[in-house]
Amino acid sequence: MDERKIRVVVAKPGLDGHDRGAKVVARALRDAGMEVVYTGLRQTPEQIVETVLQEDADAVGISILSGAHTFYFTKIIGLLREKDAGDVIVFGGGVIPDKDIPGLLEAGAGAVFGPGTPTSVCVDWLEKAVADKRAKE
Amino acid sequence: MNTEYKDARAKFEAGVAKSLQKHKERKESFSTGGGLPLGRLYGPDDVESTDYMRDIGFPGEYPFTRGVQPTMYRGRFWTMRQYAGFASAEESNERYRYLLSQGTTGLSVAFDLPTQIGYDSDDPMAQGECGKVGVAIDSLQDMEILFNQIPLDKVSTSMTINAPASVLLAMYICVGEKQGFPMDVLSGTIQNDILKEYIARGTYIFPPKPSMRLITDIFEFCSENVPKWNTISISGYHIREAGSTAAQEVAFTLADGIAYVEAASRKGLDPNVFGERLSFFFNAHNDFLEEVAKFRAARRMWARIMKDRFGVTNPKAQMLRFHTQTGGSTLTAQQPENNIVRVTIQALAAVLGGTQSLHTNSMDEALALPSEKSVGIALKTQQIIAYESGVTSTVDPLAGSYVVESLTNEIEKKAFEYIGQIDDMGGMLTAIEKGYVQKHIQDAAYDYQRSVEAKESIVVGVNKFQVREDNREMNLLTVDASVGERQIAKLRKLKETRDNLAVKNALDDIRATAADDSRNLMPLIINAVRSYATEGEICGVLRNVFGEYTENIVL
Repeated sequence: MDERKIRVVVAKPGLDGHDRGAKVVARALRDAGMEVVYTGLRQTPEQIVETVLQEDADAVGISILSGAHTFYFTKIIGLLREKDAGDVIVFGGGVIPDKDIPGLLEAGAGAVFGPGTPTSVCVDWLEKAVADKRAKE
Repeated sequence: MNTEYKDARAKFEAGVAKSLQKHKERKESFSTGGGLPLGRLYGPDDVESTDYMRDIGFPGEYPFTRGVQPTMYRGRFWTMRQYAGFASAEESNERYRYLLSQGTTGLSVAFDLPTQIGYDSDDPMAQGECGKVGVAIDSLQDMEILFNQIPLDKVSTSMTINAPASVLLAMYICVGEKQGFPMDVLSGTIQNDILKEYIARGTYIFPPKPSMRLITDIFEFCSENVPKWNTISISGYHIREAGSTAAQEVAFTLADGIAYVEAASRKGLDPNVFGERLSFFFNAHNDFLEEVAKFRAARRMWARIMKDRFGVTNPKAQMLRFHTQTGGSTLTAQQPENNIVRVTIQALAAVLGGTQSLHTNSMDEALALPSEKSVGIALKTQQIIAYESGVTSTVDPLAGSYVVESLTNEIEKKAFEYIGQIDDMGGMLTAIEKGYVQKHIQDAAYDYQRSVEAKESIVVGVNKFQVREDNREMNLLTVDASVGERQIAKLRKLKETRDNLAVKNALDDIRATAADDSRNLMPLIINAVRSYATEGEICGVLRNVFGEYTENIVL
């Protein structure tokens, strides 16, 4: 069993200012024993990917409530692959219609959590996803 | 309190204590959504310290606990004002005309994020965001389309715009001018509340000092030229959405209000004059009694602050007039129809709290921008309260309720404690800088999330009474992805056809004046807007002079 702490970046891409969800999730992940870096608002995809690489993160959580989710998920996943970091787990949440979720998963997101998801569901999923990823390394 | 009552109450409590041994209550202790303890029963002894004339009084009279007008909704209903805007000016204009045809009585413009943060649609920062959470406005040309066939002398318009409020107000003034109406007939509101952007909403541009200068420039300009305009809407709404309790919502909003009054007074403006044009904006959540009490407490507190702290004698400048929106964060993605019921309870609280205008959320807003059908239901909810519920036929019907008066007192007490702490720190700007306000809000948000996960707080359909469901078939509104491209094409054409020398001169004037805070920027911004300088160009010049705010991350 890999005992390294899980490192995760919680990111707010674009101009959206709704950060309640991102901050609540960041705290819940931290309380679950993970090392969490929260980027703050107004991050470009390039800045987010830079932070992920710098922090050597296992995963990046993206929070978007502005409707620009498809644009940002696709862009961030594309940039990670370009930087040879396609194995970083990408997950997220926000105000995202159900019908858009299959597209995000297809683009490479590991999971999209809608409003009302308990943070424990998010924690459990991430722990398992990171364990699976490390088992492959 | 007479002894007969006291004896009877003691006897009652003793009887209850005895029966509790056999039949426990549902919980060990009860409290409001905001964590204020809630007793089993309220009686005259719970409001013993309340003095009717000092603390409650008559509607339309100091301290305005019962409302700001003597006849309230017997005279005129609140303004039914639905926040709307998406895609381009053309699509939004169509939605506004639909809402007006359905009986909405005031407009409320939602701008997209690039507009709110001072970027044109062709700015790299605007990628993916054009037209998403509101309408994309780049220049006066878009604003002319937005209000096409909507007479600005008849309709009052509220605009949710903060950092670039002066630019959008300038555009509105110019549209009025083109329709043939001078600015002194225009009525409406700009949000213009930058402090809560730093705290909770995030659409800031400039650092606090130049931001406060832009705000007070607007106060000054409008006092002289646009007298019917509400120059600011001091907003607790977003503070509450970010997770605060009801008492914190009141405390931090009024503390922001105090900071604005101080800033304007320092500029030499008279609070008796500009105070009349200050307006407020609150949230309405589910905890019905606490919410009603919150609105009443806020009104009484502001009257006391204006009178005692700022020596304001003009009653109109002591009155807290407010808009309410039902609580977006209370909407659930699960079983969205249930949201209609939540919104009804919240809207009723706002009405019983004496709101001046109201936006009711649509049931599908936890998933997307609202569809036309769900907006229709939301508006009808207000109409049913207004025309069918009967609560509008008498003024402040819950006054004198032991529990409501008691909660009103409790919220006032709690909120003044927070304001006292903020004063001790040196005021709201310092409290924000130190992250004090953000920390309190985030702690409350996290506590709430944990109480939901522990099922101490129940949300129907989310952590109890769940059903399996699939929302993929819901008829949600989608924003046409080509909005950004269309806006960019419009901008290119505009820049080819306008008088670019006039634009350059107007922008140079703004640059020169921005550096000198003894001068008012408003007339120069109007001048630039009139020459079709874009919002991004004007804000760009101001960014260069003022610099940009960087967030103080508190986690």
